[in-house]
Amino acid sequence: MSDAATATAAPEARRADRRDTLRRLVQGDLASLRVVIGLALIWAIFQFQNDRFLSAENLTNLMLQITGIALISIGVVFVLLLGEIDLSVGAVSGLAAAVMAVLNVKHGWSPYLAIVAAVLVGIAIGLLQGWLFSRFGVPSFVVTLAGLLAWQGALLQVLGSTGSINLTDPKITGLANTFYSGATAWIFAALVIAVCGAVLFLGHRRRVSAGLDAEGQAGLVIRFALVATVTIVAVAVLDSDRGVPLALLILVAFVVGMEYVARRTAFGRHVFAVGGSAEAARRAGIAIDRVRVVVFGIAGAMAAIGGIMIASRLLAVNQGSGGSELLLLAIAGPVIAGTSLFGGRGSVWTALLGALVIGSISNGMDLLALSSAVKFMVTGGVLLLAVIVDAIARQQRQASGRV
Amino acid sequence: MNAGAPLLELEGVSKRFGPVQALDQVDFTVGAGEVVGLVGDNGAGKSTLVKTIAGIHGADAGRIRFRGEQVSISGPQDATGLGIATVYQDLSLCDNLDVVANLFLGRERVAPGPGQVSRQLDEAGMEHETGELLSNLAVTIPSLRSEVGTLSGGQRQQVAVARSLLGEPRVVLLDEPTAALGVAQTAQVLNLIRRLRERELGVVVISHNLVDVFEVADRIVVLRLGRNAGEFDAQATTEEHVVSAITGAGSEGEERNGGGTGEGR
Repeated sequence: MSDAATATAAPEARRADRRDTLRRLVQGDLASLRVVIGLALIWAIFQFQNDRFLSAENLTNLMLQITGIALISIGVVFVLLLGEIDLSVGAVSGLAAAVMAVLNVKHGWSPYLAIVAAVLVGIAIGLLQGWLFSRFGVPSFVVTLAGLLAWQGALLQVLGSTGSINLTDPKITGLANTFYSGATAWIFAALVIAVCGAVLFLGHRRRVSAGLDAEGQAGLVIRFALVATVTIVAVAVLDSDRGVPLALLILVAFVVGMEYVARRTAFGRHVFAVGGSAEAARRAGIAIDRVRVVVFGIAGAMAAIGGIMIASRLLAVNQGSGGSELLLLAIAGPVIAGTSLFGGRGSVWTALLGALVIGSISNGMDLLALSSAVKFMVTGGVLLLAVIVDAIARQQRQASGRV
Repeated sequence: MNAGAPLLELEGVSKRFGPVQALDQVDFTVGAGEVVGLVGDNGAGKSTLVKTIAGIHGADAGRIRFRGEQVSISGPQDATGLGIATVYQDLSLCDNLDVVANLFLGRERVAPGPGQVSRQLDEAGMEHETGELLSNLAVTIPSLRSEVGTLSGGQRQQVAVARSLLGEPRVVLLDEPTAALGVAQTAQVLNLIRRLRERELGVVVISHNLVDVFEVADRIVVLRLGRNAGEFDAQATTEEHVVSAITGAGSEGEERNGGGTGEGR
């Protein structure tokens, strides 16, 4: 583009961008902002009802409570981006935890090997389900529903007659019960802030040097300041109780790593493409079956990792592991936080954000000593609200001629 | 004929689907810097011919020459490898991705470094190249980062055409490029087709809309019931002649003699 053309086009483009941003906010692409506001509201309500809610101790508990489910949700996000669903993640998380427990406790495997074996089981299950789905064209809903039943059966089989195994290995229980306080915690904080700053500013410089319209300095500084503030406040709060949980660091590392995969790699781009239009992706030369199989493999892996984390926190694996509402909450979380059920729209952050919303509601109602009956109904209501918002956003896109 | 040596030549190409003879001894050529309109009624074999060239169906019989050399096209990769790009009617764009992502879909640039899978997309490079390509083609899009779903039909069609040019093709096949577009948008797309001609590409436009075909084509090839039913110089013929070739009004011999150039015959 010539310089003169750029000069005249730039303000116009910027105005179009601003309109774009506004419309995205309304129509749901910036749903995370909406969810953050919702989360602040939820926190305010519970804090008003019970001033222990925002205490350092309770917030630390909240983080520990959501880690497992958020890890599972990361895999679910990838499946949702394809426009598919994986109903087996709960059962897989229980089975993987049981495999780890049996190998470590009954067979005396080293904790590391037991964990690796459990994750491999999760990956293998995911790949198998993904292959069945893409090879035979069976709806993913049905394949993973069959998986849900089969892997629950496998869980009972693996646990054997005892039906419950207590975890004692300090390496395994340490996953959810290790805290870093004082200097170590602040070194982590500094690291997070430095990396975030480097990524933001290097990205900005690359765009400028390629001669592209770059976002203004102000926006960049605001984003950096936001991340830095959240990090510092979080570490300060956690440090005043037991410290920064290892579990939270693991979760954040997975969220950042998987967000990178989804947003910044060719594979992630292909996941979005298949979710947006599988036919267009196929014609563009993307091996869509391979993308699908790998995505289900990721879902299996993340389910196993989440299951291990939950087992570590509860110090045991039993016949109920990975059961009850775990599956539904792991799917509900990302949807509440703005990942579309219809495919092609969403982000890995919604796994963390959604788990925070669901975890906060559950934790807050526990503090208020509300019954499970009320908890389920409220969580169900929140999910329904989120799905309706998603559907409305989709209808608006269609109404404005954009399918 | 303003075209130089033919780029793509088909000779006696036939294709049968069970009892249906979709193409029967069809001849077809397109030269560099030439726009050929391919017209015919529903079921005349237009789409089959394009799919044969694009490598989606193999031909049962006949010869295909590309830049004078005989070639066999047995799959879409063969066609792409030769430099034949196809833009389908249903656009095949991903509405949830932005313009840059769609243009590079399936051939994303990744930053240099170790690790095939984990390498970062070269977003800045791709966006830069997209901007250059679109401004060379005089395609105006509000923002390269708008989702394709937010664009108008004409802009989407132009993005789809621009995408086909990334592979540096020599021949571009456009399947109904102006279907379902408004007047202004149709004009944009036809302008884009003219710019493809200026780039010395061979362009094949399939269309039901004879007005659009006359507007942009140098030569018009009519298919009827899977056979060549006439070939016309767009400057020297009238819509009436072409319509009668399409419908088969008047005897077939007359059309063949009366029409255009008699090339390849």
